[in-house]
Amino acid sequence: MFKNLVDWIDARIPMTRVYNMHMAQYPAPKNMNFWYVFGFLATIVLVNQIVTGIWLTMSYEPSAAGAFASVEYIMRDVEYGWIIRYMHSTGASAFFVVVYLHMFRGMMYGSYQKPRELLWLFGMFIYLALMAEAFMGYLLPWGQMSYWGAQVIIGLFGTIPVIGEDLALWIRGDYVVSGATLNRFFALHVIALPLIIVILVFLHIVALHEVGSNNPDGVDVKRPKGSLSDDEKTKFEFHEYYTSKKDLLDDVVPFFPHMVLKDLMAFGVFIFFFCYVMFFNPDMYGKFIEHPNFEMANNLKTPEHVFPVWYFTPFYAILKAVPNPFGGVVAMFGAIIMLALLPWIDRGKVRSWRYRCGLHKWNLIIFAIVFVILGYLGGTPGTPFKEMISKVFTVMYFGFFVLLWLYSKNEKTKPLPERITK
Amino acid sequence: MKKLILTLGLLAGMASTAVSAAGGAELPYKADIDQTDKASLQRGAKLFMNYCLGCHQMQFQRYERTFNDLGIPLEVGMENLVFTKDTKVGEHIKNAMPKEDAAKWFGAAPPDLTLEARLRGPDWIYSYLKSFYVDPSRPFGVNNTVFKDVGMPHVLQELQGVPEKVYEERMIDGEMVQEFVGIQSDGSGELSEDEYDRAMLDLTNFMVYIGEPMILERESIGWKALIYCFIFWIFAVLLKKEYWRDIKK
Repeated sequence: MFKNLVDWIDARIPMTRVYNMHMAQYPAPKNMNFWYVFGFLATIVLVNQIVTGIWLTMSYEPSAAGAFASVEYIMRDVEYGWIIRYMHSTGASAFFVVVYLHMFRGMMYGSYQKPRELLWLFGMFIYLALMAEAFMGYLLPWGQMSYWGAQVIIGLFGTIPVIGEDLALWIRGDYVVSGATLNRFFALHVIALPLIIVILVFLHIVALHEVGSNNPDGVDVKRPKGSLSDDEKTKFEFHEYYTSKKDLLDDVVPFFPHMVLKDLMAFGVFIFFFCYVMFFNPDMYGKFIEHPNFEMANNLKTPEHVFPVWYFTPFYAILKAVPNPFGGVVAMFGAIIMLALLPWIDRGKVRSWRYRCGLHKWNLIIFAIVFVILGYLGGTPGTPFKEMISKVFTVMYFGFFVLLWLYSKNEKTKPLPERITK
Repeated sequence: MKKLILTLGLLAGMASTAVSAAGGAELPYKADIDQTDKASLQRGAKLFMNYCLGCHQMQFQRYERTFNDLGIPLEVGMENLVFTKDTKVGEHIKNAMPKEDAAKWFGAAPPDLTLEARLRGPDWIYSYLKSFYVDPSRPFGVNNTVFKDVGMPHVLQELQGVPEKVYEERMIDGEMVQEFVGIQSDGSGELSEDEYDRAMLDLTNFMVYIGEPMILERESIGWKALIYCFIFWIFAVLLKKEYWRDIKK
């Protein structure tokens, strides 16, 4: 009976074939370690954001007069509305936690290198769309930080020579951030950007499955067709899409169930921390929901300090480190563009930092530390000392890419293993 | 797996250190409050409705929800805690003060206090309530050490008495200096110093409750969720081990 149904569907749409190709018979290197769970976790968070977002929309009122009150209505009068809202607000920050770790994984193991350049670029586009999504979503509660944060960030576009002022006006739809801005941000936040993100995630996965997953050793798990003995070949059955042109070493496992179970285990840990924040510390000391945001937006009263949410603060610190406002904007976007250009800045042939020179390892670790410190500097009130070290760390941020470009050409690497190791 | 737990734990740790390092302005008092203390919340509600609501609304919270959460029978609440005419129990906690007039009287309209505890934190509220002092240069004759040049009168003066700044003469760098050491009531109020502190804790407690009325429910569901996550994780680990048993490292 069930088989008949499946056959009926398969004759009309490639359900089983797609499932096998991308789940049950997709080869994943078996040495993938814990750094490889964050893509899965990001997908989970994306689903969480979409589902909770739909329910929030049911009670949220996108207008300058009603937005703030409708959020409190959700928190107080809607049955379990507060759970939905905290899932959404915690999810926003969790998204960036897992995405930053996911990106760092790609940098450690050279996952952006040939032939995965486009995969990396799609990832960067997701990251950009995610930043726009988060920024617009943060305006919707219509609190003081929502309002003034948006005022400052949109103002950045105003620093662009010639077209700047008109561009900022066009984005806001008004001379200051107002109900018009709120309504358009709402439209973009709930329809346009989620749609773009979902499409990009789809492309990201298609690109991944075309070139295959990298692994912590950065060595290939595929060999030319016919070069392997039966002993060396994998014992699992994989989709012919992957086996028709290449032979697969006995180093791979099917994505489902093996990798999914590994991911599920990680999910258990992740959801534990997620629930802790959601139920015991939903504003996370004013980092996930900033305290001034509990006061309704007031265009006549500027908060003492205006900071973007924590996940933007590294770039905000770079922005502020450059004395010229437009220069700051260029530096800030440049910081993101540099990341996107990594596949071409890194001229090395060895992927994983395990087999690259010691300088590379240190360069990457210092880059991560610089990023975290910039995040701290961009999210706390400035002092002359902090302004000075912001400049130093901004130079160090870009220094990572310059150094990488220089040493990766003729790098002294360690010998690569024949096959993947542990 | 250990690494994952470690990484997430480390991130959480880093976040909290960064936050505590960032810090805020120092407050003179800490509010030692207990959300499970219904009697304290009820006393706080009584203080708020009698002394604060005349000017400050809690426009996002309803009487009914408040009475139910605090264990106050609805009829008792309606009789003793609702002072506006023709108000139904399902309505929001509002007053009849016109906003425009209020802005003229005080320089700025008294802010809504539904979310004040989430905006400023319980310690700030408690410290603020205890930090009024006599300052004849101000329109209402009082000022506040926590909220400089505050626009409101000391509404609780009949409870606290007249609070004066107390100075002590101290020798600093070879000079006698008048140093501010605290605020002391002249004792003309209805309450003693300890009673006043207790009452302000009750009021702070009530405002924390109003800021997040689901706070107790949230934490109680939270414990269940954490236990569930842990059990889920154990089964996920066992299932993963079972499937990976035959795969050579």
